Amino acid sequence: MNIPEILKYTRDHEWLDDKGTVGITDYAQESLGDVVFVELPAIGQTLKAGESFGVVESVKSVSDLYSPADGTVVAVNEALSTTPELINQDPYGQGWIIRIEITGQTEELLDSQAYQQQVEGE
Amino acid sequence: MLKQTPLTGWHRQHGAKMMEFGGYDMPVEYTGIIQEHEAVRTQVGMFDVSHMAEFLVEGAGAAEFLDKLVTNLPSHLTVGQALYTPMCYPHGGTVDDLLIYRKSPDHFMMVVNAGNYAKDWEWVTQHAASFTNVRVVDISQQTALIAVQGPQALERLAPLTTIPLGDISYYHAVFDQKVAGLPAHISRTGYTGEDGLELYVDAEHALALWERLAELGIPPIGLGARDTLRLEARLPLYGHELTEDISPLEAGVGMFVKWEGHSDFIGKDALAAQKAKGLQRKVVGLELNGGIARSGYLVFTAEHELAGYVTSGSYSPTLKKPIALALLDSSYATIGQEFLVEVRHRKVQAKSVKTPFYRRPPR
Repeated sequence: MNIPEILKYTRDHEWLDDKGTVGITDYAQESLGDVVFVELPAIGQTLKAGESFGVVESVKSVSDLYSPADGTVVAVNEALSTTPELINQDPYGQGWIIRIEITGQTEELLDSQAYQQQVEGE
Repeated sequence: MLKQTPLTGWHRQHGAKMMEFGGYDMPVEYTGIIQEHEAVRTQVGMFDVSHMAEFLVEGAGAAEFLDKLVTNLPSHLTVGQALYTPMCYPHGGTVDDLLIYRKSPDHFMMVVNAGNYAKDWEWVTQHAASFTNVRVVDISQQTALIAVQGPQALERLAPLTTIPLGDISYYHAVFDQKVAGLPAHISRTGYTGEDGLELYVDAEHALALWERLAELGIPPIGLGARDTLRLEARLPLYGHELTEDISPLEAGVGMFVKWEGHSDFIGKDALAAQKAKGLQRKVVGLELNGGIARSGYLVFTAEHELAGYVTSGSYSPTLKKPIALALLDSSYATIGQEFLVEVRHRKVQAKSVKTPFYRRPPR
């Protein structure tokens, strides 16, 4: 399983980079299966840490997306509306979901080792 | 503790994602639902459906008993023929939907849904008790079922048997044959909308047969793709389109309710009354634009009046868009109507369309 050391992780299986980019982890996309629909927030929307900002749907299931921090949505990955499978194919790259400008507190963030431990415990 | 099929261990060893279904530990997907779905639509795939339950109904009164028990007409089957039928309560709601095979003039086999196993057994034996010349035997535990489905199903299986598979007509079966040297019943049936066969084998032989099929390069397919395949073909799933509160007429399987030929099948009066009065609700196909409808989501008219609810919904890998079946008030249940489906906090546009969503191309 791919857990890049450079990223931070939430307990809800999302990743966050130092530019505020948010996506779901390799483990999350693998558990969901084929992603076929992504509901994205509007640019400019303000989010609270832990607040649901969208959903990822696979053929079988629906999964909420939670903001890793207080902030404002500054970009959304529009490519996901026509090619949601990017989340399966490249969860840490072309499958990114939103970018936020962090304005306040963050969720508890794990480093790659701690996240790996959490995943192994599931 | 979940029940296991003879193949549960194989599924786990081969990396399947597993889930509970009908009380069994079953595979949902191996390589991905969409890839598995496409394999069955374009080539071939095999399914472990050993969770299905089988009852033998035997004796001089068997045909008469079954005609009373179900809405279709098992007494009209020829030996080797099979039928699909609902089984109803007196009030017209559905106990289960099932297959019935005629193995000989006085021997039938019922194949029922795993999730209804206990309820069905009680229902069948309770009604058989008033027939002195009918015996019902539960052979579910010793019977495994492997479905091989897809346009290549027959040619891929041909090397394993001397039976000319193309000579088995649709909804017919040959009993006590050999497949890969193992005793099996071979049935030209399925639940995918594709051509294919279902192989009934003794539980002790299931793994050997499954491994032979895998050696031929036939990929295993999980219940996830089984569900998207059956939904595209508009085949009902018990607990969704058919329930204790939904009649076969409302579910759109009225062609399997035979009014003539048996005097008083269970539920006949209620169904006849429903038909005479006109159906209040009907299962309708929907295509959505902008979200996936799931079972239980509410459906509204374009004027925001409640029209009904979704019974099954998913993404269609063939049409590459979300599709659903919904039980709607009959006054709205016409093709080409605009609807709004409440998907979480939003209302997503939908349109009623002709079903099945997918029909296999003629060969």
